[in-house]
Amino acid sequence: MSILNGKYFIQGENEKWEVVIGLEVHAQVTSNSKLFSGSSTKFGAEPNTQVSLVDSAFPGMLPVINEFCVQQAIKTGLGLKAKINPYSVFDRKNYFYADLPQGYQISQYKNPIVGEGEITLDLPEGSKKVGIERLHLEQDAGKSIHDLDPSNTFIDLNRSGVALMEIVSKPDLRSPNEVSAYVKKLRSIMKYLGTCDGNMQEGSLRADVNVSVRKEGDTNLGTRCEIKNVNSIKFMQLAIAYEAKRQVELLESGKKIKQETRLFDTKKNETRSMRSKEDAHDYRYFPDPDLLPLNLDKSLIEKIKKSLPELPDQKKERFINEYSLTPYEANILVSEKEISVYFEEVVKNSDKKLAKNWIMGDLFASLNEKNISISESLVTSNKMAQLIDSISSGIISGRTAKEVFEIMKETGEEPKKIIESKGLQQKSDPKELEKIIDKIISDNKDKVKQYKSGKDKLFGFFVGQAMKVSSGKANPQLVNEILKQKLK
Amino acid sequence: MSDISKKSLTEIVRLVKKKEIKSEELTQSFIKNINNDKKLNSFITNCSEEALKKAINFDKNPKLDTLLPGIPIAVKDLFCTQGVKTTAGSKMLENFVPNYESTITNNLWNEGAFLLGKLNCDEFAMGSSNETSYFGNVINPIEENTVPGGSSGGSASALAADLTPTTIGTDTGGSIRQPASFTGIVGLKPTYGLCSRWGIVAFASSLDQAGPMTKTVEDCALMLEAMAGFDKKDSTSIDKKKENYLNKLTDNIKGLKIGIPKEYRVDGMSQEIDNLWENGKKILKDSGAQIVDISLPNTKYALPTYYIVAPAEASSNLARYDGVKYGFRSTKGDNLIEMYENTRSEGFGDEVKRRILIGTYVLSSGYYDAYYLKAQKVRQLIKKDFDQSFKKVDAILTPSTPSSAFKIGEKKNDPISMYLNDIFTVPVNLAGIPAISIPAGTDNNNCPLGLQLIGKPLDEQKLLNIAFAVEKKINFKQSLNRWWEK
Repeated sequence: MSILNGKYFIQGENEKWEVVIGLEVHAQVTSNSKLFSGSSTKFGAEPNTQVSLVDSAFPGMLPVINEFCVQQAIKTGLGLKAKINPYSVFDRKNYFYADLPQGYQISQYKNPIVGEGEITLDLPEGSKKVGIERLHLEQDAGKSIHDLDPSNTFIDLNRSGVALMEIVSKPDLRSPNEVSAYVKKLRSIMKYLGTCDGNMQEGSLRADVNVSVRKEGDTNLGTRCEIKNVNSIKFMQLAIAYEAKRQVELLESGKKIKQETRLFDTKKNETRSMRSKEDAHDYRYFPDPDLLPLNLDKSLIEKIKKSLPELPDQKKERFINEYSLTPYEANILVSEKEISVYFEEVVKNSDKKLAKNWIMGDLFASLNEKNISISESLVTSNKMAQLIDSISSGIISGRTAKEVFEIMKETGEEPKKIIESKGLQQKSDPKELEKIIDKIISDNKDKVKQYKSGKDKLFGFFVGQAMKVSSGKANPQLVNEILKQKLK
Repeated sequence: MSDISKKSLTEIVRLVKKKEIKSEELTQSFIKNINNDKKLNSFITNCSEEALKKAINFDKNPKLDTLLPGIPIAVKDLFCTQGVKTTAGSKMLENFVPNYESTITNNLWNEGAFLLGKLNCDEFAMGSSNETSYFGNVINPIEENTVPGGSSGGSASALAADLTPTTIGTDTGGSIRQPASFTGIVGLKPTYGLCSRWGIVAFASSLDQAGPMTKTVEDCALMLEAMAGFDKKDSTSIDKKKENYLNKLTDNIKGLKIGIPKEYRVDGMSQEIDNLWENGKKILKDSGAQIVDISLPNTKYALPTYYIVAPAEASSNLARYDGVKYGFRSTKGDNLIEMYENTRSEGFGDEVKRRILIGTYVLSSGYYDAYYLKAQKVRQLIKKDFDQSFKKVDAILTPSTPSSAFKIGEKKNDPISMYLNDIFTVPVNLAGIPAISIPAGTDNNNCPLGLQLIGKPLDEQKLLNIAFAVEKKINFKQSLNRWWEK
């Protein structure tokens, strides 16, 4: 593969190939109860403890739509600048599997709740709009556990019936990096909205990845393969890279791509055929007669629209204007809701520039180092603001602040207490500093002479001496001022 | 007191309320009849013991301000009953005991009734003769070698034989009205959504509707009152105030317009049915109603439409019986697919399999548009026919069935001829409107025949009133020699 003018290509033997990718993201709706039953959706419960008669498809049980999940889907649609369809229908997708108790999944087929929308990606080479084809609501299936017993499969129905939003993109993505940016942005929007927690480890976000390749300049789409159920951004990127290469090799050797469903083997880093188009399930979709079509009130959509929080794109604009950030900085600070909230809490009462530098510098480094999220950091926004205040009010120098931060990130102690207990406060008493400086001047008369005769560079020597004598605690600004006066 | 079990439900309720009879005595008389029955096979599960306990308990502290105080009731075995086996007439659920109670039965128990037993029915309510039940066919008390109709055949047979004072069935394409007609009783299919489907083993969700099967129209009004009501657990349930059908019941139908659809005069209809229909018209006229000729032009498409829509939904509804969670599981097979195949091959009977196959076929890609989608469109046309007619008339009168009860085995191997039995009943289910069948006469062999009255959506009261007026004038009396006790 290669990147040319910011474009991603697969360089084959003879040709350059463009990769075309579309994503079907399955995002778990943030909701206390399931899509059609009152069972809890809490993650990590004992197997089969969050299963109602509806979820386990007992005879005569009927689904009843969870209105909150519908509102969440509308909210997400609005966040994706998408058309909300006032009329949508729940369909049954019929297939047999042991962890699908009803023998069908309730989903939306011909009439989804949300239509076309878009997401703006901020890429190194500029911003790019990616089209959203549709968003629909559907139930999750249960879980089959094959590795607990040599001859039996166990079924856990806790997930059975949990509400998912399937968000289908247009085939607008062109590289693994764009896919990464897309998933991150989508996740960020949903987290801002509170409609999906985006937790990939818990399976709250997974994707089916459609990949095809075409010769540079071709406008027709190539035959695609669908890689099912990939549950991390890294795996998506690896799967796409592998799959695109596989397709290019096939095409260049004169073979054809078979449209098929493939799976990604995370151990071998390769995709493998699951089933061909001919073996594809006939899902026999038809409208679920147990549920009435969903007719949404305009007023409900308006109400939700009004309640929308500020989303990453809007927040980015505001941050640029309000806090004099560059677009790059603003992007980073709004990329996750928690980070933007943290930043605003810090910047509220402290120096803008220091705030952004400290957060994007030392704080982010500490998060990376510990592999934790900003909300898990021991350095809370309040403590960070204190630290920055101590710098801007001259209590400590920037250099000392780094020392203090090192302690804070490990212990979560308040910076004030650290400064006090370690005696790290700067010497900011002019009289005291004058004494120190006077002594330096009298001890280095020759240097004073040289300085006064034009050797300006020696100013740094005097500053260094002052810091040394004060064990680094002298307020550098004050030292500068006093020295300038005394050396006139 | 003369045999209490022969009396109408409203009469029994009156006697209980006047404390002229105790629930125990009442229940005993039905238990006696159940125990004496040696041939009808109308019960799958006999709950006599429990019922008697409940009756005795009721008598200790009788609560009389309910609709069904201390009344034992046997119900079709399609209603899930908590702690009592619910089989749907299938091997698949032969030993299935729900830990929940259907909304409809629960409504009955809340009105003071209790469970007397679970009644035989066609497997998953698929059949018109009660010959598809895994628990054997039910016999019509009218004559030993005759079917009671289906799918609520056990309910019809048990009621006609005085084994229960009233009962409930479900009607997807005529499963209440056809057996009611075959056994000389009253059967009502309410407006779709009036009675909750929650806890009823599903056959075809958009058509299934529970309803009362009773000895008189008054009984029917009382039972409907007890059953009907909004249920938030059923998304297709209609949110509507409860009605006092019995209190409002009147035989004054002067000035009402009754439509006679010409399309119901089918080829090969017997003279007996024709006479029955004519007699119905005459009685309505005599009661002051006006007879109006109407047309329901799409009637001829109703049966094929029904036999696409119902199997399609059934094929999906019955997918849950896979041996994984509950019910029958075959011991044969080495993997999941084989377990499915064997479980469903052994667990379902032929008629159920036939309908699953039809339903799967009509929903398959490439066939969906030609069958299912087209059927849905025709269904709208059929509904429109009724809507148009109800602009002109208050109700529609037709025969309930094209013939009287047929012989056991007569149509078993000829599904088309069996399906044709529902020709007058299925349009009503497709349109989601209410209809009642009342006994209106007999054929040459003294087998009962029913007349069907079809009404506007939620117009059950008017339907009951007309039925009440007709019932009074016809004065149908059935006298059975209780041969099944010998």
